[in-house]
Amino acid sequence: MNHAKRKPYHKIPGTRVFDSEMANKGYHLNQFAMSLLKPENREKFKADEAAYISEWPMSAEQKQAVCDRDYNKMLSLGGNIYFISKIFTTDGLSFQHAAAMMCGMTPDDYKKMMVNGGRSPEGNILSAAELYGDVT
Amino acid sequence: MARITAGVSTSHVPAIGASIDLGKTTEDYWQPLFAGYEYSKKWIQQNLPDVVVLVYNDHGTAFDMNMIPIFAIGCAAEFQPADEGWGPRPVPIVKGHQAMAAHIADNLIQDDFDITIVRKMDVDHGLTVPLSLMFGQPTQWPCLVIPLAVNVVLYPVPSGNRCYQLGKALRCAIESFDADLNVQVWGTGGMSHQLQGERVGLINQAFDRQFLDDLIADPETVAQIPLLRYINEAGSEGIEMVMWLVMRGALDDKVEVKHRFYHVPASNTAVGHLILENPGAL
Repeated sequence: MNHAKRKPYHKIPGTRVFDSEMANKGYHLNQFAMSLLKPENREKFKADEAAYISEWPMSAEQKQAVCDRDYNKMLSLGGNIYFISKIFTTDGLSFQHAAAMMCGMTPDDYKKMMVNGGRSPEGNILSAAELYGDVT
Repeated sequence: MARITAGVSTSHVPAIGASIDLGKTTEDYWQPLFAGYEYSKKWIQQNLPDVVVLVYNDHGTAFDMNMIPIFAIGCAAEFQPADEGWGPRPVPIVKGHQAMAAHIADNLIQDDFDITIVRKMDVDHGLTVPLSLMFGQPTQWPCLVIPLAVNVVLYPVPSGNRCYQLGKALRCAIESFDADLNVQVWGTGGMSHQLQGERVGLINQAFDRQFLDDLIADPETVAQIPLLRYINEAGSEGIEMVMWLVMRGALDDKVEVKHRFYHVPASNTAVGHLILENPGAL
C-alpha cells in the first residue's frame, strides 16, 4: 500500500486536484473566501478590500492572488474552486465569466465554446499509459 | 414496511436554479434543457413519493474547511435554503423525516457505514435544484426530504464502489423502516464538467453516454471506474457522478427505464437525467 506517495493526477493538464495537501496550504484562503457568504462581510470586503484581507493570516502570495483576481494562482496556492467562487460572486460575476478568465478566453468566446459542445476531450485528456505509467 | 419504488438522477447546476427563479426557462438557451424535464414533472405527480432520500454534495456552503464529513445524513425537522452569496433561493423550506433519518443512520452505522449525523444544515443548490426540476415552483415541497451529503469536494472522495455499496445498505435500512411509505432515492450532480484551471469547460459526451448506458444495465462495472478516470476523462468536477451510484445501488439489479435525457450545456456542465423504476415495488 503506497497510496499517499502516488499522485498521478498532477499530470492531468490544466487541472489542480484539491487534496488534503492543498487543503492544508489553502486553509486560510478558503476560510477567507467562505466568510464572503455573509452579506455583512461582503459589504466590508467591498468597502475596503485591503483592510478586510489583512484580517486573514494568508501568505503574501495568496493575498496578492486575491487582489489580482488570479483564480488559477489561487487554485495553485490551495484554493478550492467552490470556496474561491465566493470572491467572483461578490464581484457580481457568473461562473462562466470566471471560467473564461481561467482559460484566457473572452466571456463570449467561452460561452460559444460551451454551446458548441464544450472543450473537447481530444488533446485534453491523458491516455491510461500516460496517467498510470512513468510517462511524465 | 417502507419500499423504494424508483430512483431519479439529475445534474444540479446552480444556473438552472437561477433560470427557474428568474423566469428564464423559455429563453432559447434554456428551453431545450427544460423540455427534457417535462415528462419528469408529469411522472412525479403520478408517482409522488412520501419521502425522497436526496444524495447530493455541499459546495462550501454548510461545511467549511473546519469540518468535512465524507458521508452525512440530515436528521433535522427542516433545512433552510442556503445563502450562497446572492441571497437564498426563493424556494420552500425543506422538511425532513426525522424518524426515518434516525433509523437510516442507526442501520448504516451497524452496516459499517460510519455516517456523520447532522442536525443543523442549510441546503444549497445541490439539493434544491433537483427539487425544482422535478416539482417546479410549488409553495411547499410535496414530500419529505432526507438529505444525504457526500464529500466530492476534497480528494480523495469515496470510490464509486463505496457509493454503490452505500446504496445497497441504504436500501436495507429503508426497507426495515416500519411504516407504509413510498420512498425514492435521488442521485445528483455531474455529468462531465470541469470548473477550474486552464482545462475549464471540458465536456466528454462519449464518457457520459457510456456512463448512462452502463449505469442502467451494468452498474457493477460502473462501480469499478477509478476516481482518477473520472477526473481525467469527465473533468475534475465530473467526479460528482459517484453520487449517482448511491441511487443505483438502492435499486433492483434490473430496472425499468422510464426516462433518459442528456443535454449540453447548462452553463459549464453536461446535464444528464434518468428515471428508473423498481419493477417489483409498485
